Amino acid sequence: MRRRVIFDDKLLPYLLLAPQIAVTIVFFFWPAAQAIHQSTLLQDPFGMRQQFVGLENFQAVLADPNYLGAIRVTAIFSISVTVLAMAPALLFAAMADRHIRGATTYKTLLIWPYAVAPAVAAVLWLFIFHPSIGVLGRALNAAGIVWNYHLDGEQALGLVIFASAWKQVSYNFLFFLAGLQSIPKSVLEAASIDGASATRRFWTVVFPLLSPTTFFLLVVNVVYAFFDTFGTIDALTKGGPGTSTVTLIYRVYVDGNANLNLGQSAAQSVILMAIVIALTAIQFRYIERKVHY
Amino acid sequence: MASPRRSTDLLPHLVLVLGVAIFAFPIYFAVIGSTWDASTIGRGQMPLFPGPLAAENYWTVWSSGEGTRIRSTPVATLMFNSLVMALVICFGKIAISLLSAYAVVFFSFPLRMVFFWMIFVTLMLPVEVRIIPTYEVIVNLGMFDSFAGLTVPLIASATATLLFRQFFLTIPDELVEASKIDGAGPLRFFWDTVLPLSRTNIAALAVILFIYGWNQYLWPLLITKSRSMETIVIGITKMIGTGEVQNDWNLIMATTIFAMLPPVLVVVFMQRWFVKGLVDTEK
Repeated sequence: MRRRVIFDDKLLPYLLLAPQIAVTIVFFFWPAAQAIHQSTLLQDPFGMRQQFVGLENFQAVLADPNYLGAIRVTAIFSISVTVLAMAPALLFAAMADRHIRGATTYKTLLIWPYAVAPAVAAVLWLFIFHPSIGVLGRALNAAGIVWNYHLDGEQALGLVIFASAWKQVSYNFLFFLAGLQSIPKSVLEAASIDGASATRRFWTVVFPLLSPTTFFLLVVNVVYAFFDTFGTIDALTKGGPGTSTVTLIYRVYVDGNANLNLGQSAAQSVILMAIVIALTAIQFRYIERKVHY
Repeated sequence: MASPRRSTDLLPHLVLVLGVAIFAFPIYFAVIGSTWDASTIGRGQMPLFPGPLAAENYWTVWSSGEGTRIRSTPVATLMFNSLVMALVICFGKIAISLLSAYAVVFFSFPLRMVFFWMIFVTLMLPVEVRIIPTYEVIVNLGMFDSFAGLTVPLIASATATLLFRQFFLTIPDELVEASKIDGAGPLRFFWDTVLPLSRTNIAALAVILFIYGWNQYLWPLLITKSRSMETIVIGITKMIGTGEVQNDWNLIMATTIFAMLPPVLVVVFMQRWFVKGLVDTEK
């Protein structure tokens, strides 16, 4: 899309673009190219020698049972966070959409967790679910349920999922509420004149009309679960116990930072890039966007 | 509507009150925790009501950060670092995005679309997928453990540029023409017309970006080393360590409250801008 009337300076547009393009090249393209380059190299741990190995790093990564484990954890984690963050949000939005007293106050009290950093959300729930000092952690143990997320991998994963979803409900709530408010009242009135109950109206009229919002939120929540929950995991479990809460992102960090396996860390980065590109493509291909090119 | 109102009025209130309670639940206990002493909490005997040490705990973390078991950076320093990081990222992003969107929309020049796509593609390269090589670039440029390293790499933003571009495309051609007839050059037009028209968008974006900058985790974790450069979110997780029972949990909770306060207040008091910003940036 082009404007009819434009300015015709020759140099100025380049000067205006320069800061952003410079940052983009230095901190985005160059590192991404480096990642791709390094993913084809084998380096000794001291960085003294390196040799070209083609796709060997990728083969090694994909054959590694730990990596397959991280894929499994990431899949369980992403699906659970998405469902747990979206279902309550839809329920709250459906309730807040009715003409009830105090709707604005409810809205304010339901959106603030968006502002809480993922790592801070983790700390809040750690303090609640800590097996020996947390209010609920102690209560569970007192009730005879052995609760210790430091030792039990499933409990650790459950806690990380819960803390991650808790923070994301607000975001989904806002978008569901906006979606619900854009549904024409006449459609709902027609359905109720036809004798449809509130529940029936919701599932046969409202929910289908909400599907663009729902689909959009599905993608956003998967992206959130993939990338923005690093802080939650690092603050709560550091990937443990064992590797039971190591997601793909967490593994790249551990492999590159602590284990210094640069080639395989880079190969993992490249795989993740492919995943992000796929997710972004889905987002733009199937979701009604207001961006025109 | 035909359905009877009264009978269904109770259910939404019940559900929403439950939701509000689930959200507020951990905050309540964080506040309670910040008002007791470390050993009461460490014994697992924290009461369900506030204790007497609120002022003392908050003052300790704010001024010294030294408890009986941990030595942390004072919260005053941590908050200052977070504030600098959030504000520089916020206004840096807005500034460079405004300029590049203006160039792409109001000029015609060779490689225009190439530049546009270069900016667009960065959507697909979040920090998390290029951790190690980006870290190396920072070290080579001498930006490690500095405010420049913390902020500059995060100020490139496809989202903000796309948002401003969308908005600029809605500015009518007549306005540009009138301005040209009046003899205004491109910079004058930008300053006198485009910038004032963009005020609403800038405010909405600023709220979202402030929260984004304040809540950064992975990047400051990689880029800072000295304790005096830590942001408050990093400071808290360093205090926790591996989550032992014997820790200054009272101080950790006081720090947590401090860490949440600025972004939560921004959302609550600038709610209108916040909602607009959130919806805009995702379109």
